[in-house]
Amino acid sequence: MELYKKSAHDLHDLLEKKEVTAVELADAFLERIDSIDSKLHAYITKTADTAMEAAKKADKKIAAEGKIPFLTGIPGAVKDNICTLGIRTTCASKMLDNFVPPYNAAVMDKIQKENAVILGKTNMDEFAMGGSTENSAFFPTHNPHNAEYVPGGSSGGSAAAVAGGLAAWALGSDTGGSIRQPASFCGIVGLKPTYGRVSRYGLVAYASSLDQIGPLTKDVTDCANILNVITGYDEKDSTSVKASSPDYTKSLIQDVKGLRIGIPAEYFVDGMDKEVAESIHMAINDFKAMGAEIIDISLPHTKYAVAAYYLLAPAEATTNLSRYDGVSYGERVNGDDIVSMMTNTRTEKFGSEVKRRIMMGNYALSAGYYDAYYLKALKIRTLVKEDYDRAFEKVDVILTPTAPTTAFKIGSMINDPLQMYLQDACTVPLNLAGLPGISLPCGVSSSGLPIGMQIIGKPLDEEGIIKAAYTYEQSKGFYKNIAEVTE
Amino acid sequence: MEYEAVIGLEIHSELKTKTKIFCGCETSFGAEQNTHVCPVCLGLPGVLPVVNKRVVEFAIKAGIALNCTINKFSKFDRKNYYYPDLPKNFQTSQFDLPIAEHGYVDINVDGRTKRIRVTRIHMEEDAGKLVHSGNTIKDSASSNVDYNRTGVPLIEIVSEPDMRTPEEARVYMEKVKSILEYIDVSNCKMEEGNLRADVNVSLRPEGTEKLGTKAEMKNINSFKMAENALEYEIDRQREILEDGGHIVQETRTWDDNKGMTLSMRTKEQAQDYRYMPEPDLVPIITTDEQIEVLKQSLPMLPDARKTKLMEEHGLSAYDAGIITNSRAMAEYFDDIICDGADVKLAANWLMGDLSKQLHAENKDIQNSPVSAKYLGKMIKLVEKGVISSKIAKEVFGEMWKTGAEPEAIVKEKGLVQITDTAAIEKIVDTVIADNPKPVADYKGGNVKSIGFLVGQVMKASKGKANPGTVNTLLKTKLV
Repeated sequence: MELYKKSAHDLHDLLEKKEVTAVELADAFLERIDSIDSKLHAYITKTADTAMEAAKKADKKIAAEGKIPFLTGIPGAVKDNICTLGIRTTCASKMLDNFVPPYNAAVMDKIQKENAVILGKTNMDEFAMGGSTENSAFFPTHNPHNAEYVPGGSSGGSAAAVAGGLAAWALGSDTGGSIRQPASFCGIVGLKPTYGRVSRYGLVAYASSLDQIGPLTKDVTDCANILNVITGYDEKDSTSVKASSPDYTKSLIQDVKGLRIGIPAEYFVDGMDKEVAESIHMAINDFKAMGAEIIDISLPHTKYAVAAYYLLAPAEATTNLSRYDGVSYGERVNGDDIVSMMTNTRTEKFGSEVKRRIMMGNYALSAGYYDAYYLKALKIRTLVKEDYDRAFEKVDVILTPTAPTTAFKIGSMINDPLQMYLQDACTVPLNLAGLPGISLPCGVSSSGLPIGMQIIGKPLDEEGIIKAAYTYEQSKGFYKNIAEVTE
Repeated sequence: MEYEAVIGLEIHSELKTKTKIFCGCETSFGAEQNTHVCPVCLGLPGVLPVVNKRVVEFAIKAGIALNCTINKFSKFDRKNYYYPDLPKNFQTSQFDLPIAEHGYVDINVDGRTKRIRVTRIHMEEDAGKLVHSGNTIKDSASSNVDYNRTGVPLIEIVSEPDMRTPEEARVYMEKVKSILEYIDVSNCKMEEGNLRADVNVSLRPEGTEKLGTKAEMKNINSFKMAENALEYEIDRQREILEDGGHIVQETRTWDDNKGMTLSMRTKEQAQDYRYMPEPDLVPIITTDEQIEVLKQSLPMLPDARKTKLMEEHGLSAYDAGIITNSRAMAEYFDDIICDGADVKLAANWLMGDLSKQLHAENKDIQNSPVSAKYLGKMIKLVEKGVISSKIAKEVFGEMWKTGAEPEAIVKEKGLVQITDTAAIEKIVDTVIADNPKPVADYKGGNVKSIGFLVGQVMKASKGKANPGTVNTLLKTKLV
């Protein structure tokens, strides 16, 4: 089997057994990128040179130490809203076309400490606003399973890179489903950790109280291993959780006997694909057959979650994005005076979805509307969280679809933002409540597109959802379903 | 109709922490432009603020000293407005849950004590400094930004509109400054912008309760300026009202050169700050124990210290007030008298010669060339009659120049007072002999002319003769 098809843990074993070198691995992936990325457009910036340097360093380390950390020499990709020291970080926005951070995100320090090999920065919806990667200011990314379809978003570049064999693993960020939905659309595993589990330092903020960095991987084993690398308290992120991080690979055991799985009726929404619903119900039956207890639950405020999210996230975004004004970094479009310079810069350099959310956010925060919109949305957020709290008194994990549909065609929804927002119905509530969730493949549609299911855990219980996901994955084996993309 | 002014103040004070409020950059003033900066205070993408614990402690200390209730649950908010000195285009400040509320400050005006209520104290970050090629941002071809000040911690102390005269406003500002200096949370150097005020004023017919329409004056950075701006503004508003006009709610700026206030923007043009809770910071939780520890760490405050000087040392309210106005002065005073120097003399020297000299050379009392200990010793030399008050001035001048011990100066320069009556008598006799005219005048009933004769004796003795003895001897001999 070609190296690019293998999981990160398989590659790790090959490196440790010295059956392959990190340089050979980097070569294989860079070659794959050269031949396929012109079709998928997963990457905004490719870093072949620094990748080769890192690979050489990794080989030295392997030769010297024998036993190596999980990511040593393993080629991966990083979403382009995670700051990388000395490497352009654009957020897929013209605004930051020329921005080269003078610092690393906290996760980058952790990853580089392991001598991972970074192949490049992946495409995304501009400033992580979108669910299709069509809102990239540069180009859309294509789904490796069918290039006419979107890979999901906003971490669409990361998902397409992993699914298409353009990276063994990738990092994404998830504010309303931006890791889980593209994982679902691309037939891979994506995990959004509990809010605060992973430091946000160096993640360019979209909505600070909702953003989390997480892994996109070929399988659950990789997911657990990478989570081990990136989690942990960080004094530079005041919202990071002080709890110690467990070894998530210890949860890679097949055991769902007696596991209480909640099925919330509210997540099987109107307009859901029949095939998606069928796949989820089959997965539920599989869990039952493996000894899990299936319990019907209700999360009554779910239906308000999308509306609340699209007030809170834009409200935070509007202030987070105020800093892009052309004054001291990023792009500048000149004007007659300071006001016109700022206005011209923001008018020309932000895309339309970003501007839409800035306007929505400002509206929600403005005098006279704050109580009716922002404050009310905050109350809904609390109610959504309380729904989960109550449910978790009766169940251990909650199982839902990740998205109501499989991937849709590029261009089919771009002019219907409201329809696009409803894509987030199953993923957004977790962000509002700060809960961890994993998406993993559970089927393929008749048109050959992957279907994903989401397993939601209690706060800080990544172990619980990894165990359930691993058990299902090992018994069903959908993860082997890697896309075959040819030139 | 008589009008009454209603005045409220918002005082911004930079805190003297070593590092900025949300990052580890230095706060010191006067560094080369843009050298005290990092990704966090420059507001680069992806970076996060972390609250400097000292800032919270300093704010709580200020809250306690200004008699506030400390909020045990407090949070930061984002105040959104676009200005190029603000790299994030929002200021991290506090909106509905400030660190301290409901305090007061007692001020003394015309011998009466008045209580000014403090609405709230909140923490926030300072903005950077714009350097324009022209006069204002609008008429400049280019402007540069110095971000050194960006993120320097501030507290904003908001008063209730309890002041009625410009003088009360000035005294309130002075008192707040004094308290902040005492508790050592701010350098309070107005010339470095450590302390600035926004002043609100409105007028209403005397005896009525309803507040009139107010005008706000921004960035007043001296006490005198506050008083002048208020006087001007009160006159301006009174004239409008007397002519039957209406006051427009607006923000005005005080032009110190022209001596007048000018309109900046009206209420209609006012910013909507779209406050939002700061999602990158967690709420600040303060416990009773923490508050108690900080309370215990505070020094005696000016009012208590003043009372102590009056009750224990018998100083007048006026003298005690001046001495305790600054903590440094009060401590200097304590050091003068701690070895037994006369309290009244100490007060006179401190408020007189020493203050004059410090002022003349633009020095702080902390950097006084004459130490409090030596000044105390010098005063004791006067008390013991070793030197006269006149010689003391000479000794003081020498101490100021050289920093030497007073005994050493007296010894070296031979300034010990002549108390030997025989020695003085000799000089007195010579003076009487040499000045027949004044002697005749005195004997003829012009008592004043003895002053001249005393002066001649002192001159002849190079100031060392004991003036009391000289007087007695002259009077005896001229009968």
